[in-house]
Amino acid sequence: MDDRTWEGLTEALLLADVGLPTTEALIAGVRHRVGTEGVDDVEGVLGLLKEEILARLGGADRSLAVGGSPSVWLFVGVNGVGKTTTIGKLGWRETAAGRSVVFAAGDTFRAAAADQLEVWADRSGATMIRGAEGADPGSVVFDAVEHAAARGVDLVLADTAGRVHTRANLMDELSKVRRVADKGAGTVTETLLVIDATTGQNGLLQAREFAAAADVTGLVLTKLDGSARGGIVVAVQEDLGIPVKLVGVGEGLDDLLEFDPADFVDALFSVDVPA
Amino acid sequence: MFEGLSSRFEGILRKIRGRGRLGPEDVEEFLAEIRVALIEADVHLDVIRTLQDRIRDRAIGVEVAGALNPGQIVVKIVLEELTAVLGGETFRPAYASKPPTVVLLAGLQGSGKTTTAAKLARWYKGQGRNPMLIGADLLRPAAVEQLRTLGDRINVPVFSDSSDPVSVARAGLAEAVRLGRDVVICDTAGRLAIDEDLMAEVAEISDILQPHHTFLVVDAMTGQDAVTTAEAFHARLGLDALIITKLDGDARGGAALSITEVVGRPIAFASTGEAVEDFELFHPDRLAGRILGMGDVETLIEKAEETFAAEEAEAAAVRMLDGTFTLDDFLEQLRALRKMGSISSIMGMVPGMAAQMRDMDEALDERRIDRIEGIINSMTPAERLAPDVIDGSRRARIAAGSGTQVGEINQLVKQFREMRKMMKQMGGRGPGRRKASRGGKKKGRGGRVTAPGPAPIDKKKGLSLPGLGDLAGSQGPSAGGLDLTGGWPSN
Repeated sequence: MDDRTWEGLTEALLLADVGLPTTEALIAGVRHRVGTEGVDDVEGVLGLLKEEILARLGGADRSLAVGGSPSVWLFVGVNGVGKTTTIGKLGWRETAAGRSVVFAAGDTFRAAAADQLEVWADRSGATMIRGAEGADPGSVVFDAVEHAAARGVDLVLADTAGRVHTRANLMDELSKVRRVADKGAGTVTETLLVIDATTGQNGLLQAREFAAAADVTGLVLTKLDGSARGGIVVAVQEDLGIPVKLVGVGEGLDDLLEFDPADFVDALFSVDVPA
Repeated sequence: MFEGLSSRFEGILRKIRGRGRLGPEDVEEFLAEIRVALIEADVHLDVIRTLQDRIRDRAIGVEVAGALNPGQIVVKIVLEELTAVLGGETFRPAYASKPPTVVLLAGLQGSGKTTTAAKLARWYKGQGRNPMLIGADLLRPAAVEQLRTLGDRINVPVFSDSSDPVSVARAGLAEAVRLGRDVVICDTAGRLAIDEDLMAEVAEISDILQPHHTFLVVDAMTGQDAVTTAEAFHARLGLDALIITKLDGDARGGAALSITEVVGRPIAFASTGEAVEDFELFHPDRLAGRILGMGDVETLIEKAEETFAAEEAEAAAVRMLDGTFTLDDFLEQLRALRKMGSISSIMGMVPGMAAQMRDMDEALDERRIDRIEGIINSMTPAERLAPDVIDGSRRARIAAGSGTQVGEINQLVKQFREMRKMMKQMGGRGPGRRKASRGGKKKGRGGRVTAPGPAPIDKKKGLSLPGLGDLAGSQGPSAGGLDLTGGWPSN
């Protein structure tokens, strides 16, 4: 193992958007183990590095909690990460598993966002509850939860408008939606922050702000079918203890997967060649 | 966590202070810090290496002379190199000699193409053109519906049908010719660079449209993958420029710099908020400062100018920074700011303010401004000039006159004082006043080290880039000084 090899491993992590602090900590950990465990070939070292990352990701509960009547899963994140698409795919998965599902069109800001969700409701067999464009998102979510409770529906998947995490008033609005969703008959059992795999170092700031505003319980890592690796989620889990629970790999109904740490770590070190 | 480069330089500076010339080891230390800052800003590793080489060549052996200290000289070199990469000059869209001018937008899912299409159409309208939008994203549910809604809002026709994207593009172009529209903007579905089918499709759309401008729409929050994606789109479509979106957040936007370096195309426009007017021609020197963690004073000046008359803006800026502005000025600022767009995007441009001022947004909620306006309107001219004269009975009168509570008036006056103090502090950072306020410390001024862009306001009193030491040392106004957020009843 020479310096160039270490540099190569460091760069692989940085190119996967793992970020400098986490990368340096990982490499330092592996260097230490290389010394004590007597590993000196590149394959062996790469194996140790993967172990180190897995150790940081490991042990987390990645299941989606239920237990309310109905249970409410709230989706939050910056603009364009794939909240609405994720709800569509997850709705399909849950109805296929025999649950009754209501979609709450809590994005009342973006033009035609509710129309987009409605298409997914039709595809997935969920019931759609929407308000007028510009309506108060909290009241739309509240109505959806009440509607679901009255009909004995199992699950409400609540969409919210994308928002940049530095907009204090919009983050306050989100806190309110989170509170209101819990207020009636239902219980918010998951608040899922959707993060786009192409996201760079800003992802950590996003996670921090959304966690503070809405008590995030897990991440959904989307667009992992592209050439981006989504390495920032390693830093998010390490810093904030928020695990990835789902992975988005396309725009089809079935393109939503459980997060598999081993697959994810392998992919961090692979290279895709664009078409 | 994202320290500016200036503060990173502080430690190195302390060591080499007093030496006349930068040695190779000094430069390597600076370069290591530059690398950290650029990685945190999402600049691609290959681009960082290239930049480090160029900066090294220029920095070694540089004489430390005149007003600039070694750190400032390095910052100046870095800024110049970043600015050079970013295109060096502002992109000016050209128009086809035989209309319509055709614009194609492409990019990854969620980068903001549809919103950008509408913003761009509105921008062209502002240039006196008659744009038309084509909705060729038939993949994402309701994408065309979204474009139609936005088109209605800005009063621009939208063409689409349910055939297929290539046919829509062809028919849309024909429709634009028929209607005599002179600019056509085509929105397309988001696609991954590794999706061969969809990449072939957008290439076909490009063949049909023969666009005069092909813009890649890039999210400012993108990480290292930006380069891979941009190269793939460039190879297929021959990009003319980038449009960078979501710059209203706190992402440094290094991905955009990486793309311009690797693909060799400039950034044409920047999108800085959710409203359709939060969109402007891009200025390379400004992003350079942002990537390094410096503020963006020039954009702030220009934005203000669009709204105020130039003289008014100048006077207001000077009064703001002198700390002599009145409640009347304050009210005027609030009204003007309302016109200028979201307050967070404005304040983010002020050096050192990005972090502190986030909460201002909340305070400038429309209804709160209405209440503030009501209170100030209920004051006498004398009270507005010198709010210190407001005593208990005056407060009661103002509260009754404006339909507010006495507590709110106290709060407004208090916050106004804090704000004035803070503005004065900012003004105090300017070159002229530094000596007086913090004499002795040998830090000197940073000066404006960005490229000489359009800066019609020449009076840089207190508006120049703060000195390096200031960026590092002071945290700006005290964090508690500007509590405009919590105090106002929301109704």
